[in-house]
Amino acid sequence: MKKRLVDTKMVPLPSVSIVPERDVGKRPVLETRHLGIEFGGLKAVEDFNIAVGPTEICGLIGPNGAGKTTVFNLLTKVYQPTSGTVLIDGKDTSGMTTEQANRMGIARTFQNIRLFGNMTVEDNVRIGLHNQIRYGMLQGIFRAPAYWKAEKQMHQRSLELLSIFGMQDMADVKAGSLPYGAQRRLEIVRALATNPKLLLLDEPAAGMNPHETEELMQNIIKIRDEFQIAVMLIEHDMNLVMGICEGICVLNYGRIIAKGTAEEIQQNPVVIEAYLGSQGREENV
Amino acid sequence: MKINKKLLNALITFAIVIVAFILCEAALEGWFGKGFALKRADKGLLVPICVYIVLAVSLNLIVGISGELSLGHAGFMSIGAFSGVVVATWLEKALLTIDAAGKTVPFFSDTAILVIAIIVAGAIAAVAGVIIGIPALRLRGDYLAIVLLAFGEIIRNVMNCVLVWVEGSTLQFALKINEGSAAAVPGGAQMVINGAQGTNNKVMSVAFNNERFIVGFVLVIFTLFVVLNLINSRSGRAIMAIRDNRIAAESVGLNVMKYKMMAFVIGAALAGMAGCLYGLNMKTVTAVDFDYNMSIEILVIVVLGGIGSIRGSVIAAVLLKVLPEKLRFLNDYRMFAYAVVLIVVMLATNSPILKNLWALLMRIRPLRVAAEWLQALPGRIKAALPWNKKNGKAGEAQ
Repeated sequence: MKKRLVDTKMVPLPSVSIVPERDVGKRPVLETRHLGIEFGGLKAVEDFNIAVGPTEICGLIGPNGAGKTTVFNLLTKVYQPTSGTVLIDGKDTSGMTTEQANRMGIARTFQNIRLFGNMTVEDNVRIGLHNQIRYGMLQGIFRAPAYWKAEKQMHQRSLELLSIFGMQDMADVKAGSLPYGAQRRLEIVRALATNPKLLLLDEPAAGMNPHETEELMQNIIKIRDEFQIAVMLIEHDMNLVMGICEGICVLNYGRIIAKGTAEEIQQNPVVIEAYLGSQGREENV
Repeated sequence: MKINKKLLNALITFAIVIVAFILCEAALEGWFGKGFALKRADKGLLVPICVYIVLAVSLNLIVGISGELSLGHAGFMSIGAFSGVVVATWLEKALLTIDAAGKTVPFFSDTAILVIAIIVAGAIAAVAGVIIGIPALRLRGDYLAIVLLAFGEIIRNVMNCVLVWVEGSTLQFALKINEGSAAAVPGGAQMVINGAQGTNNKVMSVAFNNERFIVGFVLVIFTLFVVLNLINSRSGRAIMAIRDNRIAAESVGLNVMKYKMMAFVIGAALAGMAGCLYGLNMKTVTAVDFDYNMSIEILVIVVLGGIGSIRGSVIAAVLLKVLPEKLRFLNDYRMFAYAVVLIVVMLATNSPILKNLWALLMRIRPLRVAAEWLQALPGRIKAALPWNKKNGKAGEAQ
């Protein structure tokens, strides 16, 4: 049992401007404090402070190599931070493994798709349900009543989850043979199956056409409303980011350079400089 | 109940093994007449074939399903064989009863002793699997393979020093570190395990024994039951997920060490059971029998049968045990021919020519029709089953 930190701040601190009104006064689902990691002297992420409300959709953007995916890896404990802490629902996660972080309620998808390619679509979702619907190894081997009951439950639940993206008819298809867009959607379903409080999406619209992206935006909002969870996403498609993100955080060289709503970010001179270079002087990097 | 593809595949594997067993029994009983009766050498192969099927399937669980290359499988077999012989001797010498004629006889029959010994040997091998797995499974890939190879050799060297003998109705243990420590053994004592000279199995008769073959068959069925049911359960899916993509498996909350250990320990326990049957089927087994060559031999079966394919392991185990015997007429060139056959099979199963040949054959109409009919057969069987007909919908879905 991890102890509750006594001094957990309530939203809207420390990010006053980006938490939506309905989440104000509630405990943030994710809070980072001075989070940072060094790789042999190189500070990939530094002094990263953010708070995410329990039903917020927030975006993490920045130029290539800014450290966005590194932040996701820090949040999910793929990397252990060299400084600072991550609080999930007010509980400190230092020293936890990826698996424990997932049980705390943080699920993610990957930039380069990481499905279990040799297994069927349904089995991929069933693996996501691993910690939700349980039975023991021996019950599985000797086909105890608990096995049949749980497998039936898993079957129904996975079809239910797949139907969010209208994929229930593909349940028996091998995951590796799905088209690219469907694989991305399946990754989201698998992450949702772990019953998270916070869903991290790493470039969910990569490789999707505008029509698919539009559909994805609707679905992300639907997921947030239906499951009442927070979503944090990395995306280069600005239509998607500006369209659905309530709060946006801009990262450059491992540091947060701006936080705010879509309008604020679009007008922020520091952000424009980071993306387009400054107007006044020559780029000499 | 719903018959799905996985269940059907498992049932086919069971059916193949059971039919093969019935054919063997029929041949033993002479139902097909003299021409098909098994020769003595062939009879002697039956129990080792069962042993190798169990070994191959259990190694396939570790290598194919869990994705960890193990070169120390013979070590667990060795532990099973030696502990099996000790348990069997103890059961025979210490647990006695008086029969109707007033004679003192062992409490259990030979077959019961064999079954109990197999169970105990499996448990001991499982404990060894836990002890070895905890440090070794933290490594990955080649490093794991080398460490397991080393553990196999350590087991062999330790077993080389074990002395077990009978004193009255008790068993005495000693380790033969040097020549001096052998002096602890009283002269004329009946040795059960005599260091490098191996076991002295006085419990079972050496000649072929049909009951032992039946125990072997039951062990094969048990192994298939455990492994196939494990694969198609929550734990098995977790094991395969970790093999397919470790990072993704961690990110959905799977305990990687737990499931790697599960596959490894079940594999070790089954190998120990097979080793026990092997040890009690022979008059003598020595520690040197279970060196890395044995591990490689099992690995060859797994690779030949197809990594991850349980049915393939069963078939390859039978073929690779029968083949050397059937090549005896080649005398000195026997092992050479064996190697050539192995290479040809490996090449053939992976060659594009064979796949093209298949495509070519499919262009011939009658063959194509036959193949399509066979492929549709599971669906038709499924549709024809009474419980599916009742629903009315299941059949049409195909």
